[in-house]
Amino acid sequence: MADFNTSIKEQGDVSIINLKGYLDAHTAPMLENNFVNLISKNKFKIVVDFKELAYISSAGLGVFMAYVEEIRQNKGDIKLSGMSEKVYNIFDLLGFPLLYEIFNSEEEAIKKFSEK
Amino acid sequence: MKSLIQKKKQLRNFQKNKIVKTNELKVKSKTENLSIIRDFVSSYAADAGIASDIIENIILAVDEACTNIIKHAYHSVPDGEIIIKLKLSGKKFIVTIKDYGNSFSPEKIPEPDLQKYYRQKKVGGLGMYLMKTLMDDVKYHSVPGKYNEVLLSKSIKIGKSNVRQ
Repeated sequence: MADFNTSIKEQGDVSIINLKGYLDAHTAPMLENNFVNLISKNKFKIVVDFKELAYISSAGLGVFMAYVEEIRQNKGDIKLSGMSEKVYNIFDLLGFPLLYEIFNSEEEAIKKFSEK
Repeated sequence: MKSLIQKKKQLRNFQKNKIVKTNELKVKSKTENLSIIRDFVSSYAADAGIASDIIENIILAVDEACTNIIKHAYHSVPDGEIIIKLKLSGKKFIVTIKDYGNSFSPEKIPEPDLQKYYRQKKVGGLGMYLMKTLMDDVKYHSVPGKYNEVLLSKSIKIGKSNVRQ
């Protein structure tokens, strides 16, 4: 039972991936597919919203590492938003806040793209 | 009709994965079983009255250990066996995870270096680093060709005792 799903919406030239449920080694390939699809459509400005994400393991964190360089080389970025304290703590333990911009809300993350 | 077949399949899977004792869970080496493993740890630890922030750390550490077993000991072949035992010993919560896959040398896994991952697009070792960070002690014991065992332990505080009467 995959207790995880994603949905993608577009706002201007920014793509927003909303995560919901449990992101682990079983469900991480679903998120990988989202990145592969967006990259294949040359969509490199990506916000990932964690508001409805209940759980993340290192397999989920690994997905962000796998695609961020290619995305940045194409003048895009992965910005993260809406993390619960629990999920943020895991990101923090691994030093991710140094590599990714993390915002309180999806809107702030989207706005940051237009400032550049 | 289809849903009935699915239900029977689910039940069969459940029976296959059934809890032998209340503190032991035997599952096959499939990532879809990670949620069963997390629920098992969660309900045992909650019944023991352990504080929820500690439970969350233990759940993640066990998930990481089992993910490593599925990927590295069994190379994602789904019919390997993983046996998880939970024990509360004094103020210590002890998790023992056994598998019969390939043994591996934990000392060969380097500490993760995110900058290096960033450059090489290679991710690995994050799980083991999390396990060591979230638990007080992580020990590996392997008898090559026979079994591997990971022992995770964590000093606990009982949630209820934190509430002043």
